[in-house]
Amino acid sequence: MDRQRILIVEDSPTMRQLLAFALRRLKHVDIVEAQDGMDGLRKVSSDHFDLALIDINMPVMDGLKLISLIRGEDNLKDIPIVVITTEGAKEDRDRALALGANEYLTKPIRADRVLAVAKDLLKSRD
Amino acid sequence: MGSERDDLFAHGEEFLQFFKRGAEFTKELLVENERLRGKLATLRQEQSDAARTPEQWEKYRKELAARLNSLEQEYEVVRARLRQAEEENQQFAARYLEIEEENNNLANLYVASYQLHSTLDLDEVLKIIVEIVINLVGAEVFAVYLLDGSTGELGVAASEGAAIEEFPPCSLDSGVLSEVLETGEPWCTEPTQSANLESPIVGIPLIVQQRPIGLIAIFGLLQQKDGFSELDHELFSLLGGHSATALFAARLYSQSERKLNTIQGFIDLLTK
Repeated sequence: MDRQRILIVEDSPTMRQLLAFALRRLKHVDIVEAQDGMDGLRKVSSDHFDLALIDINMPVMDGLKLISLIRGEDNLKDIPIVVITTEGAKEDRDRALALGANEYLTKPIRADRVLAVAKDLLKSRD
Repeated sequence: MGSERDDLFAHGEEFLQFFKRGAEFTKELLVENERLRGKLATLRQEQSDAARTPEQWEKYRKELAARLNSLEQEYEVVRARLRQAEEENQQFAARYLEIEEENNNLANLYVASYQLHSTLDLDEVLKIIVEIVINLVGAEVFAVYLLDGSTGELGVAASEGAAIEEFPPCSLDSGVLSEVLETGEPWCTEPTQSANLESPIVGIPLIVQQRPIGLIAIFGLLQQKDGFSELDHELFSLLGGHSATALFAARLYSQSERKLNTIQGFIDLLTK
């Protein structure tokens, strides 16, 4: 079975570690971390990814900008995107989903919820 | 004369064919007869095996009833075992969920403690505490108070949701937060809809070797967070212990660094 690649774009090292910790329970996945939107864009453009987990509030480039750039690129637009954010308002959720996010999870996150969402989206890439 | 002979031969041949067919038919009849005889013998045997008298019929009926009864009992036993297996299955499923939950909680606690002890830089430690309180607890408005050794007062060292100067001073003599420091135990109350900087909803004392060094006060939660879970209480305890030691170690380290630099500067001055 081919290994699948997941990109975590999150400025908080604590959250990156927690998400990576949870996602490593999935089999056959490689996890790459990026510390802000710009770093995320560089990494997603230079390699193949099957899933991206993106925070909204980040320095340098925020998550919404990153999502719109990813969805605007022909070779990247099909990557499933999960937003993980502190913003719980409906309008924030609607904005992210309108930009092309597949799922919207609010903090504090539950590892089992992240795992379930990641599993579903990765399955669709099989 | 020749023609009469030919006719005679033809009749003879015809008779011979007729006789052969008769012989074959007879053979077939004999085989069929044998088969029917066998069938009759089987039926007779079955008849003789079956009840010959009403008593025998009664005996057979009782045997069959007993067999039916035994099968019904067996069925009940199997059903009971199935019910038991289903119950066990449900218990295992519930236990699995519990273990999953514990596993997730432990992951959060592990990551929090790992991050807290990953640096000896005071600002970094404060940043990590803020990250944990936002991302793992789900707080929106809070402050980290540290005790000033020289003045003996609590001052805000880091905050989120409002500027440092907006947070009220924390008195050591009165108020819920001073009680938190006195008891040394994390405290929390029902969260409110909006944050009020005068009314904390969580107080986490930061204590090292029975000596308070500060506290974390939470005034408001993220809008999607509507209460505190078991994990939150564990996080409060972890934050109380591990944040305190991480802050204490970072302070000691920065003081020793400063002293080392001063001594090094002094030595440089003397040796020049």
